[in-house]
Amino acid sequence: MAGQEQKRPKGRDDGPDDLPAPAPAAAQVSATEIDDILDEIDGVLESNAEEFVRGFVQKGGQ
Amino acid sequence: MVGDMTVRRVMGIETEYGISVPGNPSANPMILSGDVVTSYARAQGIRPARASWDYEDEAPLRDARGFEMGRAQAHPSQLTDQWGGLELPEDPTLANVVLTNGARLYVDHAHPEYSSPEVTSPRAAVTWDRAGELIMRAAVERLATVPPGVNLYKNNTDGKGASYGTHENYLMDRATPFARVVRDLTGFFVVRQVICGSGRVGIGVESRVNGYQLAQRSDFFEVEVGLETTLKRPIINTRDEPHAVADKYRRVHVIIGDANHADVANLLKMGMTSLILAMIEDDALRGELVVRNPVSTLQAVSHDPALNALVELTDGRRLTGLELLTEYHDRVAAYLQRRYAGELDADTAEVMQWWSLVLDKLARDPMEARREVDWVAKLAVLEGYRGRDHLGWGDPRLRAVDIQWSDVRAERGLAHRMAATGKVETLIPDAEVARAVHEPPEDTRAWFRGTCLRRFPDQVVAASWDSVVFDVTGSRVFQRVPMLEPLRGTKASVGDIVLGARSAEDLLNALATAQSRS
Repeated sequence: MAGQEQKRPKGRDDGPDDLPAPAPAAAQVSATEIDDILDEIDGVLESNAEEFVRGFVQKGGQ
Repeated sequence: MVGDMTVRRVMGIETEYGISVPGNPSANPMILSGDVVTSYARAQGIRPARASWDYEDEAPLRDARGFEMGRAQAHPSQLTDQWGGLELPEDPTLANVVLTNGARLYVDHAHPEYSSPEVTSPRAAVTWDRAGELIMRAAVERLATVPPGVNLYKNNTDGKGASYGTHENYLMDRATPFARVVRDLTGFFVVRQVICGSGRVGIGVESRVNGYQLAQRSDFFEVEVGLETTLKRPIINTRDEPHAVADKYRRVHVIIGDANHADVANLLKMGMTSLILAMIEDDALRGELVVRNPVSTLQAVSHDPALNALVELTDGRRLTGLELLTEYHDRVAAYLQRRYAGELDADTAEVMQWWSLVLDKLARDPMEARREVDWVAKLAVLEGYRGRDHLGWGDPRLRAVDIQWSDVRAERGLAHRMAATGKVETLIPDAEVARAVHEPPEDTRAWFRGTCLRRFPDQVVAASWDSVVFDVTGSRVFQRVPMLEPLRGTKASVGDIVLGARSAEDLLNALATAQSRS
């Protein structure tokens, strides 16, 4: 694992200049972004959700 | 490493995968799980069963440099501790193999389980945990050639009353009193789900109440401390089976976590927990953050994705789960500052920076953490569906999204699609994960185990966490190499010997020579 690139987010102890800018707007998933995600998921989601959910039955485990 | 104030320590993740046959919910999960293990094993060239051995005939031991010496104490009753390194038993539900990456792949009751090799950092734990996803995916792809195939899910409940575990293991200093571990770790486990939960549609073990909660597992915990893992699950599990030098190490066996897909949440699960354990080893938490009614609070915190649920401490303070998790962060940060004046190793620094960043996001608006935290990423998608199609929380489509989120297949698994399209943060490059499917970590005994399997597949008859057993030419009996110290058997310590050996006989002779010289 030596020499790997590690992603470094800014920490809040790094001083005020490094704080991520407060971005309340970013909190709202943009309509376009979520639409794109849903369109993609629509294409792969089990077509009969009710039957799929009913059929997903597990034995207990640890 | 034990006792140092760092995120690094011996750790690993074991995951039981959900299993189902499309269109056949009554298929026998034990036989199916056996099929998963045996199909993967056969594809790797792991051969059918060999003769079992007789411990009466155990050879005088050959030991690796630094390995514990001494005659094996095993009795036939302990055979369950040995995994058939290259054995596939007649009964597929007993399938149990060791892989060249040092992991164990086996049937745990009604689920296939991947136990990662021992690693020493959260980043490596995530890497070899994700390697397990690729291994399960490879098994699914092989089984798909005979329709309807078998599907696997990296989740922890069917939403109908069954739960199966993703367990973490951490070695810690045996000298730490267990009562202190219970006192200072329980509150952290009540609130770490705010970052580590994988999200679940449905409230209650059988999802009788419609809604969404932070964690897959929280509703399945009933007591504070105990030995059980399948009934009356405890927040703190007391299993004490270190698979290592028992007077030096305690293995903390954590059964309360969710299976994570998000790299950041997975990294933080391992990293935050390791740092809290380091503070406990040093008695730096001193019982100051003890939660009242931990079991009911665990569930209350999980049931409130707005993160307003209050946690009451024994000193009377009441704060939200996020505020308490922030307090743990601040205490760890202050402690690191006191001890190291901020000069942290890279692994510790990485964990602290993500921990801080994710707390800040969750505090501003939980939805901001959708690139880092599984339950938020899943909730964003579910809320999208709810808004677009006007679905209530009881709609089967939302439950289908929840289940399919964890499908191991790249094209069907929603978490994998989110990662592939850049919707969640990826810390470990795919190539590094692919390499970890076959390569062991280099800095633990997993390197010796995995490399022996790769180099001498015909001569390793069995292995376990703390031994490798060889069948060598010219010896009437099996040769067992004990490996009770997880930080030995590394590439740095025995790499020349293992890679230079032409055969297992050669290897054992070289280990014996090295031992006699040291």
